[in-house]
Amino acid sequence: METNPAPAISSHELSKHFDGFRAVDRISFEVAPGEIFGFLGANGAGKTTAMRMLCGLSYPTSGQATVAGFDVYRQQEQIKQNIGYMSQKFSLYEDLTVLENIEFFGGIYGLTNQQLRTKSEELVTTLGLQSEAKKLVRGLPLGWKQKLAFSVAILHDPKIVFLDEPTGGVDPVTRRQFWELIYAAADRGITAFVTTHYMDEAEYCSRVCIMVDGRVEALDSPANLKQQFHTDSMDDVFYQLARGAQRGE
Amino acid sequence: MKQLLVFIRKEFYHVFRDRRTLLILFGLPTAQILLFGFALSSEVKNINLAVVDFAHDQATQHIIGKLQASRYFHLQQAPLSYAAMETAFRQGKIKAALVFPANFSADLGHTGRGQLQIVADGSDPNTASTITTYLTAIVGDYQRQLNQAAGALPFQIVPETRLLYNPEMNGSLNFIPGVLALVLMIVCTTLTSVSIVREKERGTMEVLLVSPFRPLLVLIAKAVPYLVLSLLDFTLILLLSVFVLDVEIRGSVMLLYGVSTVFIVACLSLGLLISNVTASQQVAMLVSMMGMMLPTLLFTGFMFPLENLPGPLRLIPNLLPSHWYYLVVKAVMLKGLGFGAVWRETLILLGMSVALLGISLRNFNIRLA
Repeated sequence: METNPAPAISSHELSKHFDGFRAVDRISFEVAPGEIFGFLGANGAGKTTAMRMLCGLSYPTSGQATVAGFDVYRQQEQIKQNIGYMSQKFSLYEDLTVLENIEFFGGIYGLTNQQLRTKSEELVTTLGLQSEAKKLVRGLPLGWKQKLAFSVAILHDPKIVFLDEPTGGVDPVTRRQFWELIYAAADRGITAFVTTHYMDEAEYCSRVCIMVDGRVEALDSPANLKQQFHTDSMDDVFYQLARGAQRGE
Repeated sequence: MKQLLVFIRKEFYHVFRDRRTLLILFGLPTAQILLFGFALSSEVKNINLAVVDFAHDQATQHIIGKLQASRYFHLQQAPLSYAAMETAFRQGKIKAALVFPANFSADLGHTGRGQLQIVADGSDPNTASTITTYLTAIVGDYQRQLNQAAGALPFQIVPETRLLYNPEMNGSLNFIPGVLALVLMIVCTTLTSVSIVREKERGTMEVLLVSPFRPLLVLIAKAVPYLVLSLLDFTLILLLSVFVLDVEIRGSVMLLYGVSTVFIVACLSLGLLISNVTASQQVAMLVSMMGMMLPTLLFTGFMFPLENLPGPLRLIPNLLPSHWYYLVVKAVMLKGLGFGAVWRETLILLGMSVALLGISLRNFNIRLA
C-alpha cells in the first residue's frame, strides 16, 4: 500500500496550441482522489481547453497527463469509462422526460435495467422531482435542469466528474444547492474538477488553480491563497493575478 | 448492442415529438404525391369552351354533341357574335371557341371541304396548344365518321389523332419516381444532418463523445431510424400511388425496395457529410435543401427534359445518385422491367452509395477539436 494514493488527475507540462496560439501553455498539477478542484480563470484563459484535453475531446499538443491513472493519448476508452462530464451548455435532451434522460444516459454507460430502476428512483427522490419525473425536461426551471444534469453525469459512479462552468446563469441560492450536490458526490469519493469564474464558488473548493493566459499562475487552497496575497477575498486574489493578463474577452 | 437500442429508441422519441420532423416525414410526401398527381398534370381538363354556330345544322350539332360528351370541355352559353366571344375571352370566361361559318355544311356537302375556326387563349401557350390539339382531334374524329358513312371518298386522308386523345393516357405516372427520389433525398439527407447538428448545437454531442459510447455507433444509431422512416415513406408513396392515383406497379416491388435501400444509404451518407461541415441546424437545412433538392429537381429528368440541357451541363445528371435512382425506378415501376435491364444503373448507384458512405465515415470527427 502506498501512503500517498495515486492522483485522480495528473498533468505535466500539458499544452495545446492552435495555429501557433498557446491556448494552454505547459500546465502542471495534480488532483487527489475525493478532492474538489477548482479551475479558475477569465474567459479565454484556457480552462475549457485544458478540461477538454483531460476528457478526451481534444488531443494535447505536448506534455503528459493521466486521468484516473490512464494516459490521455493512448487510453481514451478506459478514461471514458471512469469519468462523468457536464458541459457548459445544458446537456440533457429537452424533448425527453426526466426519466427518459436518466434511462438514456444510464443506458449508454451500460447500466443494467435493474440498476437503472434503483438509480432513477433514488435520483428523483433526492432531487424532489417525483411529480416531474414523467414531464419533459424542457419545462423545468434552469436550476433544476442543472441539478438533474449533474446527477445524470455521476449516474454511473465515475471516479472523476468534470464540470465545465456548471452554474452559469443560475442564482446564488440555486448555486449553493448545486454545490451541496457536489459535496455529497465528493463524500462518496467522486473527485470533482470544476471550472468557474464565480469567485464565491472558488471558496467552496478544496484547492483552486488560477489560470492566466494559458498558464497556471497560482495553485493552493483558498485560505492559503488569501494569506499569500494579503487579502480576505478570492475576488482580490484573482484580480491581482488577472491584472497582468494579455488576453481579453 | 443494448446501448445501441437505447440510443435508437431516443432517436425515435425525438422524431415523434417534433411536429416539424413529422410534417416533413409524412406531410411532405402526401402533399407532393397529391399535388403532382392531381394539380400538376399536363392534361387540361374542364376547358371552358364557347361554340359560335352560324350554321345550325346537322353537321354542327354532331360536332357539338361530341364536345359535350367529352370530359375535357365544358360548354358555355353560346355567344351570338364575334364581339360577344371576344368579350368572353377578355373576361376569362372561356379559354377557347369554335366558330362554324353559316355555309359550313353546304361547303362540306358540295365541295367536300368544310372550314371552321378554332380560337384559343394564347396567353397560356401550352394550354392553348393542348386545347387546339383536342379540338382538332374531335373534328377529325367526326370527319372520319363522315367518310366511313359515305364511303365515296376513299382517298381522303384522315389524320390519325387517336393516341393524343386517348382518355386512358394517365398523365400522373411519370412524376412518381421523381417524387420518390425527392422525398427520400429530403427525409434522409435533411433530417439526418439536422439531427446530428442539433446535438452539436445543444452540447449533447460533447456528452456523447465523452461517454464510452463509440462515435461509430453514434452514426449507426442516427442512420438506422432514418433508414426505417425512409422505407416507411417509400411505402406510403407506393400506397398512395396505387390506391389514390390508380397507378399500376408493373415491376417487382422487392426490387424497388432493394434499389430504394441502396439510394437511402447514399442519402444518409450525404446527410452525415453535411453534418460534418456545418455547425448550425439552419445551415444544415439550407445546404441539404439547396444543395440536394435543387439538383434533384433540375437534373433527374422528371420535371425538365434532360435533352434540353446545353452541352457540358448534360454531364451533371450522371454525378447525381438521384438521377440513377430515378432511371431504375421508372424502368421497374412504370415499364415493368426486371433486374436484368437495370443492373448497370443499379451498380452505378451502389458504387456511389458505398463511396459516399466511406467518405462520410472517414470524415466524421471523433474528437471535436
